[in-house]
Amino acid sequence: MDDMSATEVTIALPKPAGRWRARPRLKEAAFALVLLGPSMALFSTFAFYPLVKTFYLGFFRSDPFGLSSNYVGFDQYLDVLQSNEFHRSLITTGLFALFTVPTGLVLGLGLALLAHQKLRGMVVYRTIFSSTVATSVAVASVMWLTLLNPSLGVINYGLEESGFEAVNWLGDPDWALPAVSLTTIWLNLGFTFIVILAGLQTIPEELHESAKIDGAGAVSRLFNVTLPMLSPTLLFAVVVLTINAFQSFGQIDILTQGGPLDRTNVLVYSIYTEGFRNFNEGVAAAQGVALFLIVLVLTLIQFRFLERRVFYGN
Amino acid sequence: MATSARPVRKRPLRIRRVLGEAAQYAALTIAAAIILTPIYITVVYSLQPVEEIFSYPPNLLVTDPQWDTYKRAFETGSLGRYLINSFIVATAITIGQVITSVLAAYAFAFLRFPFRNLLFVVFLASLMVPWEVTIIPNYQTISTFGWLDSYQGLIVPFLATAFGTFLLRQAFLTVPRDLRDAAAMDGYGHIGFMLQVVVPLSRAAVGALAVFSFLLAWNQYLWPLLITNDDDYRTVQIGLKALVSSNIDEFNLVMAGTVIAAAPILALLILFQKQLIRGLTSGAIKG
Repeated sequence: MDDMSATEVTIALPKPAGRWRARPRLKEAAFALVLLGPSMALFSTFAFYPLVKTFYLGFFRSDPFGLSSNYVGFDQYLDVLQSNEFHRSLITTGLFALFTVPTGLVLGLGLALLAHQKLRGMVVYRTIFSSTVATSVAVASVMWLTLLNPSLGVINYGLEESGFEAVNWLGDPDWALPAVSLTTIWLNLGFTFIVILAGLQTIPEELHESAKIDGAGAVSRLFNVTLPMLSPTLLFAVVVLTINAFQSFGQIDILTQGGPLDRTNVLVYSIYTEGFRNFNEGVAAAQGVALFLIVLVLTLIQFRFLERRVFYGN
Repeated sequence: MATSARPVRKRPLRIRRVLGEAAQYAALTIAAAIILTPIYITVVYSLQPVEEIFSYPPNLLVTDPQWDTYKRAFETGSLGRYLINSFIVATAITIGQVITSVLAAYAFAFLRFPFRNLLFVVFLASLMVPWEVTIIPNYQTISTFGWLDSYQGLIVPFLATAFGTFLLRQAFLTVPRDLRDAAAMDGYGHIGFMLQVVVPLSRAAVGALAVFSFLLAWNQYLWPLLITNDDDYRTVQIGLKALVSSNIDEFNLVMAGTVIAAAPILALLILFQKQLIRGLTSGAIKG
């Protein structure tokens, strides 16, 4: 009766051991309910219910003072989908992902390749390369707020000394998003490094040895052995970094508050300002639904890799 | 890899290897220096007097360390209070997540009950709901509970984790079947087996989850920003933002505050690097 094997789930669950099977089924099910209860209650209250509620709030339009709201059906979703603000916010978020993900990935890969050698003192280098994983978004942002400040100008001094013009990083509409991206790349570097290094360590040494015997040089081995073997890890890192980019908020809040001229007004920052500053809950909710759908697609891609990891173990 | 103990076949090969190693060390050191530069400058600024920070060309050495700035950061920025709050919140979330994950993972790994696979999928589905999507209804819920500006508001929403449940279930499934039978023979009930056999055997995974949970909880930004206005409950991340907005020109003070906010978690990284890396690489889903 409770044979669930018909359900299509990719991960095979083991059958419980002998003696317990003899116990009354009902008792075991009740015990399972007790064990799962706390998590289920929390997920229901703080994930599933609010998700449904977000969809629902999108059907209501707030008046300009945020005092009352009227049911407008899908009108508001359509308005948001067609609004320039939303389009610009999506483009900004996409650009932000474009600025941060490929660069971050290449830098993380470079660091991981450097650190994937047997050299004395490597532990120290690995710790340094991982260090930004422990840096919070607030700490990183305040550090870079100072580094990028035009009147202190460590970076600008360096630029001028090397013959470039000084840049008003956070105040110039053209430079603000690159500046925020720079902060984010630095912030994510530790994570990217750790994940890629772990991936490198799972590639069997013999593959390199046999490629060497076949006369493959270092560059050829990188492109024909390392990168293909690493591709699941790299794709996994790309997805996680992209999801992070779409969920970014803290660095925007501290560095630019969405400005100048909305050039850094990414999706989550827009949700925050609509929902908590302008009291446009409905608009914020509709944008939240859009964010949910984007992250959903990215997460589904990610699950495919989680699944693969489960199958082949670590 | 060739080591020096191996007989040297040709001299040029050996020279090449030494040069290669030197080049590797050079590249590693340059990379390390670039990554550490923001941290280095932060520490330098925190110890310089404000006038020196504004000097041009910039001076990146500390000649006369102003330790007093750290004292002022604690006092004017109430950073001590914020650190305690962060510590309380992150510790409570960590303990809570470990408990709820152990319980749920045990059920999924060892118990047989109706809809087990379906429920597991429901758990995984919760990973698909980003916190940023649901901030408005969650804010309303916390507000209805009267939990704005409270520890409960900062802690309770994060007490369960699907990622942690998944991580621990994977570890629990590797507990040998013989042990389960043996424990049952010895008269252990489920609770005894869980606490005395399964959890100790899976301590590496439990440790990874604990360090990972603490890190994420400590570094939270958006949610504490939304629900705390009162200094008594603000976490250090939000306190740091407040310190920046109210002392924008006192860069030494702001930088000292940044060091204070970053130090505990950097220490955690150095102490528990292994666990953290395990937590990050076994799924690496930011919760």
